[in-house]
Amino acid sequence: MSAAPGGLSKAQREALVDPLFNNNPIALQVLGICSALAVTTKLETAVVMSIALTVVLIGSNVTISVLRERIPSSIRIVVQLTVIASLVILTDQVLKAFVFDVSKQLSVFVGLIITNCIVMGRAEAYAMQNGPVESFLDGLGNGLGYSLILIVVAFFRELLGGGKLFGIQLLPLVTEGGWYNPNGLMVLAPGAFFLIGAFIWALRAWKPDQIEAE
Amino acid sequence: MSQDSTGYTVAFAAGVCLVCSLFVSGAAVSLKDRQEANKVLDRQKKVLVVAGLMEEGESLSPDEIRNRFDTKISARLVSLDNGSFVDAAENGADANAYDQRKASKDPALSDEAPANNAKVSRIPKVATVYLVLEGDNVDQHILPIQGAGLWSTLYGYLSIDSDGNTIRGITFYEHAETPGLGGEVDNVGWKAKWKDRKVFDGKGDIAIHVKKGAAGKPAEDPHAVDGLSGATLTSNGVTNSLEFWLGGEAFGPYLSNVKSGKVKG
Repeated sequence: MSAAPGGLSKAQREALVDPLFNNNPIALQVLGICSALAVTTKLETAVVMSIALTVVLIGSNVTISVLRERIPSSIRIVVQLTVIASLVILTDQVLKAFVFDVSKQLSVFVGLIITNCIVMGRAEAYAMQNGPVESFLDGLGNGLGYSLILIVVAFFRELLGGGKLFGIQLLPLVTEGGWYNPNGLMVLAPGAFFLIGAFIWALRAWKPDQIEAE
Repeated sequence: MSQDSTGYTVAFAAGVCLVCSLFVSGAAVSLKDRQEANKVLDRQKKVLVVAGLMEEGESLSPDEIRNRFDTKISARLVSLDNGSFVDAAENGADANAYDQRKASKDPALSDEAPANNAKVSRIPKVATVYLVLEGDNVDQHILPIQGAGLWSTLYGYLSIDSDGNTIRGITFYEHAETPGLGGEVDNVGWKAKWKDRKVFDGKGDIAIHVKKGAAGKPAEDPHAVDGLSGATLTSNGVTNSLEFWLGGEAFGPYLSNVKSGKVKG
């Protein structure tokens, strides 16, 4: 699996691009839904969460992949969890030191990346069988796939739920003398369910091979 | 040594743990100063917000926050025994250096609290009060409060008008209640409902409480605040914290000094 000079091999490109639409961790594998509902009321938190998860995912994928031939199979899940948990704590500490306000809003959800099925799933399903470069790309791709959904969902939730994007008022609210009547459903968790559902629907209409057999 | 042997497995696990713990503790130690500075800044911000000197969500640079805090707010130490100001705590710290939460854990600086519903175990001899000054007069008294909610201890501030009775604002700067339920103590709309409520009833007893369901307007229903739905224990925790910290064991003597006009900036 040698890379063409200046480019990625086909398999490497697939590892990076597939998780965006063809094998999206949220839309197709339906993993990581919990945090996707919780942190998407605002774009800012969604973006920070996306970056945090992508960093953890890349870090854990590469670390596990480097160690994959040395990890005793009887304790491999424990080792994976230890690596992931350490990376998550590191991320949490960095967020607390540099973006304190956002880390307060994300509250427990950064810590809960430990239990995010995407991270564990990629470590066990991909990084244990593939080399560090492919695992890096796979981590980046899956991180971006997760980020894509989070940001799309947060875009609609913040815009429709509060008339804002990144905290800037775009649609003047009725309560403040404007014309936009905010949709309260979007601020609540069910709003995210509907949006993710709509996203999955749109994706499967575009790529019918993702529809599961009855 | 074979990769599946017990010895290798144990050694590998120990190695992974060692490396990971080095990374984690290294990060925790090296970032501690920054995090502490952020916490202090966040607390100053909360004090400004509860005093109405800063809008919720207003973005100010750290220097602006410090500046506004230093010009408008004066930190003072109050002896909880008689409610009068003291210049320094028993360990010699002045108002800016005194750490009330640390003092609450120090047997020399605190007393055991009597049994209380807020589950406060030790009560400091001296407490920090923030005075909001308007010229030479004190406009508001900002008192630290704390108490047990459902999962965690809630730490916050209550701002009381210079009449010693009317609430001007409340905020919590640290808690770990369930986001969306008890975590709604951070909800801007809910916090706004506290404004203009009265702490004491006609007899001088503490009457302010979080009730189940909705409370009326402050003029008609001066002692009750809407409960947080789905968070009865957190709501009760807030009531209990106020009851304790405004009561005779804590800020009661100070508040009666405020009411009789004995407290001057």
